[in-house]
Amino acid sequence: MIRDPHDLQRYNASERANHWVVGICFILLALSGLALFHPALFPLTGLFGGGVWTRILHPFVGVVMMLFFVVMFFRFKHLNQMGESDWEWVKRAKEMVDGDDHNMPEMGKYNGGQKLLFWFLGLAMLVLFVSGIIIWRAYFSHYFPIGVIRIGAVLHAAFAAVMIVAIIVHVYAAIWVRGTIRAMLYGTVTRAWAKQHHRAWYRQVTGK
Amino acid sequence: MALQSLDIAKRSATTTEPPQARKTLEVAKLIDVSKCIGCKACQVACMQWNDLRDEVGTCGGTYDNPTDMTDQSWTVMRYAEVESEEKGLEWLIRKDGCMHCEDPGCLKACPAPGAIIKYANGIVDFHQENCIGCGYCVTGCPFNVPRISKKDSKAYKCTLCSDRVAVGLEPACVKVCPTGSISFGSKEDMKELAEERVTELKERGFKNAGLYDPAGVGGTHVMYVLNHADKPSLYSGLPDDPTIAPTVSLWKGFAKPLAMAGIAAAALGGLFHYVMKGPNEVSKEVEAEVEKELEAEK
Repeated sequence: MIRDPHDLQRYNASERANHWVVGICFILLALSGLALFHPALFPLTGLFGGGVWTRILHPFVGVVMMLFFVVMFFRFKHLNQMGESDWEWVKRAKEMVDGDDHNMPEMGKYNGGQKLLFWFLGLAMLVLFVSGIIIWRAYFSHYFPIGVIRIGAVLHAAFAAVMIVAIIVHVYAAIWVRGTIRAMLYGTVTRAWAKQHHRAWYRQVTGK
Repeated sequence: MALQSLDIAKRSATTTEPPQARKTLEVAKLIDVSKCIGCKACQVACMQWNDLRDEVGTCGGTYDNPTDMTDQSWTVMRYAEVESEEKGLEWLIRKDGCMHCEDPGCLKACPAPGAIIKYANGIVDFHQENCIGCGYCVTGCPFNVPRISKKDSKAYKCTLCSDRVAVGLEPACVKVCPTGSISFGSKEDMKELAEERVTELKERGFKNAGLYDPAGVGGTHVMYVLNHADKPSLYSGLPDDPTIAPTVSLWKGFAKPLAMAGIAAAALGGLFHYVMKGPNEVSKEVEAEVEKELEAEK
């Protein structure tokens, strides 16, 4: 469905679906993980059918997320290589957050912040997957010595907490920058949006 | 097993104070390793009282039978053959099982409210109806005691016969021990009893005899008299200086409030940033530029 023939395609249907599978898995994992992390949030287990079901489901959802994340990672990896202007963008990010983006360098499809998030998420998913396997008592924990399981538990909690913060920032950025969320809902952005926020990408796709 | 008649001192995954108006006597079981003949009557009594029947296993080349604790074997005799120049060959037999720590690592690690209870009398008990089967108690325990059942995924271990103790009886293993190697009473009395025995052992030439009541876990409610208290690890790997691992303390201590504060700060930070700085909209200038470009194309 084309809303404005001049709009620019940012994500195709398959990329969007891929992102939403990962996103839904993340929400389920964050809620079930937090339920088992802090006693105050244990009642969240009710969303998953109780404590036992939360314990059973969480790791399987994690495996699904990892599979779809890996696909997404290799899809977008080449677009997330940090360049000089990206570091310049990161240095000036505070100005933009304060409401002045006039001095921000021109960005390609992704800005320096998005690219750093991409690489952090790649690392976090790797650590969470490996540590998650190690602390998955029903199937895998007995293959590992107790010291490794303990380190796995700490790393799993620490990376999950930082990742939840990172995703809050990721979602907020999409809400804050008006006209962004539609890119992940139906794939297109306006030309003005692209020129404002990702000028190099705008030039590349429009030839202007 | 849940027994409401016992007063609670600590409850897993609970951040508020437990009821503590009533003070009960702290109890302890004292296992005098030097009197143990390895008859396994305690294992049998434990099975019988708790209605447990383990699978018949295979011989691992020692007298240990079964070779390890399971959800059906809450106590196991461990036989260590130790040679030293001074004493020659010694057979060090230790009844292994839950130590009922004053500061239980299992309870600290448990994410399920009320799945692990420490009673005011010192007994640490698993309440399987609240257990979610995550195995964090195994991760938290400094003594490698809890076992997860393959059938129901619940954690099991020695209850110190909390049901018997609640009605004024001694644990089943204490009741049957034929040599008087296992005693039960107030922790204070058990320490006194241990002291007398340690003096005796020292007189008999065990100069390093002593009481095993490790301070690293705040003391335990199952204590050993060891004839070589300087080297607990001689007794089939009894930890020399058990403590809750620093990784577990970090995971279940500082990390929890820090992570919660970080997540809350991120969410509230976003909201207040939006309210105070306003949304990042496409500027009218850029919109006009794009309009012009499109006009020019036509």
